[in-house]
Amino acid sequence: MSGLGWNTVLWLAGLFALMALTALIGVYWERKVIGHFQARRGPLHHGWHGLLQLPADMVKMISKEDVVPTKADRMLFQVAPMFVAVPAFTSLAAMTFMPGVAFVDMRHGLFFVFAMQTVMPVGFALIGWSCDNKYTLLGGLRAAAQLISYEIPMLLAAMGVVMSVGSMRLTDIAQAQASGPWFIVRQPIGFVIFSLAVLAEINRTPFDMPEAESELVAGYHTEYSGMKFGLVQLAEYTALLMGSYLIATLFLGGWNMPLLPASPVWLFLKTVLLMTSTMWFRATFPRLRVDTLMEMSWKILIPVALANIMLVASLMLVLPKRWF
Amino acid sequence: MVTFNRADACAGTETVLLNIGPQHPSTHGVTHILVELSGETVVAAKPILGYLHRGIEKLAEYRTWQQDLVYTDRLDYVSQIGNEWAYCRAVERLTAIEVPERAEWIRTLFCELNRITSHIMWYAGVTMDIGTMGTPFIYAFKARERIYDFFEAVTGARMMYNYFRFGGVRCDVAPGLLEDIHDYLGGEFLELMDDLDALLLGNEIVQSRMKGIGAFTTAQLVEWGITGPFLRASGLAQDLRKDAPYGAYDKVEFAVPTSTVSDSFARCEVRMAEMREAASICRQVIERMPEGDISVKVPRLLKPEAGEVYVRTESPRGELGIYLVSDGGPKPYRFRVRSPIFYNISALPKMLPGWKLQDALVIFGGIDTSMGEIDR
Repeated sequence: MSGLGWNTVLWLAGLFALMALTALIGVYWERKVIGHFQARRGPLHHGWHGLLQLPADMVKMISKEDVVPTKADRMLFQVAPMFVAVPAFTSLAAMTFMPGVAFVDMRHGLFFVFAMQTVMPVGFALIGWSCDNKYTLLGGLRAAAQLISYEIPMLLAAMGVVMSVGSMRLTDIAQAQASGPWFIVRQPIGFVIFSLAVLAEINRTPFDMPEAESELVAGYHTEYSGMKFGLVQLAEYTALLMGSYLIATLFLGGWNMPLLPASPVWLFLKTVLLMTSTMWFRATFPRLRVDTLMEMSWKILIPVALANIMLVASLMLVLPKRWF
Repeated sequence: MVTFNRADACAGTETVLLNIGPQHPSTHGVTHILVELSGETVVAAKPILGYLHRGIEKLAEYRTWQQDLVYTDRLDYVSQIGNEWAYCRAVERLTAIEVPERAEWIRTLFCELNRITSHIMWYAGVTMDIGTMGTPFIYAFKARERIYDFFEAVTGARMMYNYFRFGGVRCDVAPGLLEDIHDYLGGEFLELMDDLDALLLGNEIVQSRMKGIGAFTTAQLVEWGITGPFLRASGLAQDLRKDAPYGAYDKVEFAVPTSTVSDSFARCEVRMAEMREAASICRQVIERMPEGDISVKVPRLLKPEAGEVYVRTESPRGELGIYLVSDGGPKPYRFRVRSPIFYNISALPKMLPGWKLQDALVIFGGIDTSMGEIDR
């Protein structure tokens, strides 16, 4: 692709639509799912089964007053959500849906996603700091600490897959599971660690301490209103989408399905299933304690992830190539 | 000589004052706790009370004895019947009114039903405190709704019942309703309790959040004046329903659940067990409810002889005492409430320091506050 052709513009429009739709439909879907878990019915009154709740929410978000606290660091307060939102959206660019169907089929797609996610803790810490509010400060620092701690086991667990495939291109990783068994079978330890770490990376229950409403009101985004809050929310749902997509691609075969023709539909279904299960956790589980969370990462997940790399490497030497 | 001061040598660290409340998602009403944090560890805590002060004790001095009954519902608005009973018992002792047998049994029934709804409120609060999205909350409220329906059928109200009268209760309970309550508490309710047990006590994350958290010795709790399930979870089976029986408590079989562990998890276990015991008491009461009058005639303008009385009852939160002084007139000279939670919450400055912020909220949830009774 050279220059800025219509093709690129279309893909960019698609990317933007994907991220906006994820957040909107994600919110609606989450409210419905959790509603039904709680013996309620969720949004119901606006439109068919409350579907008009989506545009209503959007209009509300955009038209709300944009409050900046008097004592907040004005510049940082305005800019900080970008540090969260931009990396989250940019990481979507690495998504591939089929061989040849991708926004940008990057040679280091996986690396790019991780690199983008590394920027997000800075954004959370900045948000927490800039508001001059103790709740946001605690929430922002918790988020930064949590994201940094869980990036390591996430990377290490993904490393097992990368070693086995021999490529960081997401297309190659998914294609490697077309003939052989999925990586959830080949590297179950890696799958468990990766999923846990993703859950913590996207601040979802039981790892939602950064926005623990019973302790920190709303955590780091307590002071945000209007579209700035919308941006943070958008970034969170994008991260949820990206996390689910990564699990689906790395460990659940991506667009492949045994005995059935490969299709992006499978990828979509797997991603939605994973997103829905995080909502299930949210409806059921309480929250861990911050220090337990840290201990889990540094004392359990990281050593086990390192051992997993050794295990994969040894098996690659011993077992036939087809298996590893 | 230069002395080495570690605090000067290191980069300075400061503690942070954090207001939890009065408007905060986990304060169960308008509690305000000022905590001093070093990192996430609580260094000092100070409950600041009075946001719900309505001056009930003073107002009561300007109303007749009967009119004051209405205020008692509004003391601890989560266990209304318990307060009504405490006040009625105090006035009855002051004026030597005999309560008919059947009335005592009806009172026992509704007090225990109220204990269940009150503990459900605690359950809802404590599960929210540890971060569930409200699913256990709503499951628990299914039972609360059913029991409130029973209350509504008898008293006509869902919250402020105003059901007790000096010398009895306002109206009788229909036999069919008694059967309904009996069936519900013996079947559907126990099934729901199994679910609630599994969601709270059976959850590993809850266990990791609660076991060993807020462990205090019995001696400490006694020194701080703690009563109720909080104290019983430390192994001291102090329950006024057994120790100084009133109503029909000496005629029914029930156990006083205790635990020797004395941590937040033990407090949950004790309260869950108390809900089952309360259901069992209700069923026994319904099975053996005697026939007879439900109230006695009491003069409309009650004028107790000059004197004073203090009556203790076991509310769902601990020892609820009512102290009344009469000067022989139609209005109380003094109306004072010994609120169990006031004493429990007063111990927070001693309880919270040393624990993490998240633990502190779990310990606070174990107190089961109801601000209406603290601020009065």
